[in-house]
Amino acid sequence: MQQEVVLAMLAKEPSHGYELRARLRQALGPLGEALNPGHVYVTLTRLEKAGLVTSERAEGLADRQDRKMYALTPDGQQRVAEWLAEVRWPKPDLAEFHLKLVAAAAAGLADPLSIVDAQRRELLRRLRDAQRAALAEPEGSDAALLLEGIVLRLQADLRWLEACEQNWTGRRRRS
Amino acid sequence: MRHTTDTRVRDSADASVLRARGLRKHYGHGQGLVRAVDGVDLDVGPGETVAVMGPSGCGKSTLLHLLGALDRPSGGEVWLAGRRIDQIGEKALARMRRSAVGFVFQAFHLMDELTARENIELSALMAGRSPRAARRRAADLLERVGLADRAGFLPSALSGGQRQRVAIARALSNEPLVVFADEPTGNLDSAATVDVLRLFESLHEAGQTLVIVTHDERIAASADRLISMRDGAFVDETRLSGGTTGQLGALVGLEG
Repeated sequence: MQQEVVLAMLAKEPSHGYELRARLRQALGPLGEALNPGHVYVTLTRLEKAGLVTSERAEGLADRQDRKMYALTPDGQQRVAEWLAEVRWPKPDLAEFHLKLVAAAAAGLADPLSIVDAQRRELLRRLRDAQRAALAEPEGSDAALLLEGIVLRLQADLRWLEACEQNWTGRRRRS
Repeated sequence: MRHTTDTRVRDSADASVLRARGLRKHYGHGQGLVRAVDGVDLDVGPGETVAVMGPSGCGKSTLLHLLGALDRPSGGEVWLAGRRIDQIGEKALARMRRSAVGFVFQAFHLMDELTARENIELSALMAGRSPRAARRRAADLLERVGLADRAGFLPSALSGGQRQRVAIARALSNEPLVVFADEPTGNLDSAATVDVLRLFESLHEAGQTLVIVTHDERIAASADRLISMRDGAFVDETRLSGGTTGQLGALVGLEG
């Protein structure tokens, strides 16, 4: 996960690390379970070194990281603003799969249609899990909205696999 | 052949609600011969949801019609609850369709001049229920599909998603051994698709056996078992048991 996410979670108000984790868990629902609990603290340490956050130890408590109060520096605020305005959009690597089919067919190593079938099985399993998780979340919750995004993406990928299937079936008929 | 008494007993004792062996449907002759369904074997267990996917024209709808006895095969066998149905007479077949199976179609196929409740009631009556039992069944089913407050509406006053829910309730009116659905979400938007999805999940939990032909990835992914069909034959089959939930995070860039 991007450092900027942790940074932006801090933009609301100066917070303890555990508060940031709670905010992330709330927004991510079941997907938050994939988060390593130490990740937030590791990221905070890096952000502090980069001068984007400052930390203050709470009075009278031992020097434990989860007791520290973190806040954005002006540079940190600037970075959050830039990040919010960015339009980068992570994309799945379709070229890799496409070239897998081309190479497998060219070398006669494997049947492209079998590769498509195997990939479809995998994506459908993920779709099933994402859908189950989405239906289990309260309607309109943060987590349900995120899961809907996963469902729609997987649907798009599965439709592309269908196009791959038709294309390669057509090539086989013509050859 | 399998229609001796002995094999019938053996088949009814096994676990399949629906079974097909060497199922074929051919149209035309000679050069124009079309093998719409070409040698399909299938076993569907009680309470199982099976989805069949494939490109347009792969024969999946024809297959569904053969399995649900809406159409007769050119060859092969279909067994429903241990009874062979591909050879029985027209009357027995019609009775079987009314009482033992339910259908859901892409275009809903509701009677336009009957209300939601009457559509379901009529179907229950035709399956042999008393008028009173049919009325009660219709009310229960409308409740179950979340449309109790639309009971008196004509189909034309309902949204597509609501019509399909009425059609699903109708398909359940005879407590069918198997519900067959042919592109049940083909005419629905995304929100109505989710409603149908939830409904199918609740049927599944209640132990209803379902066979669904679909283009919709979401419906397909909700099945226990998914079959891919090409050129009239099964080319791939997979059990969609879970086990990837831990990886969902990776799909949105949340690894570690």
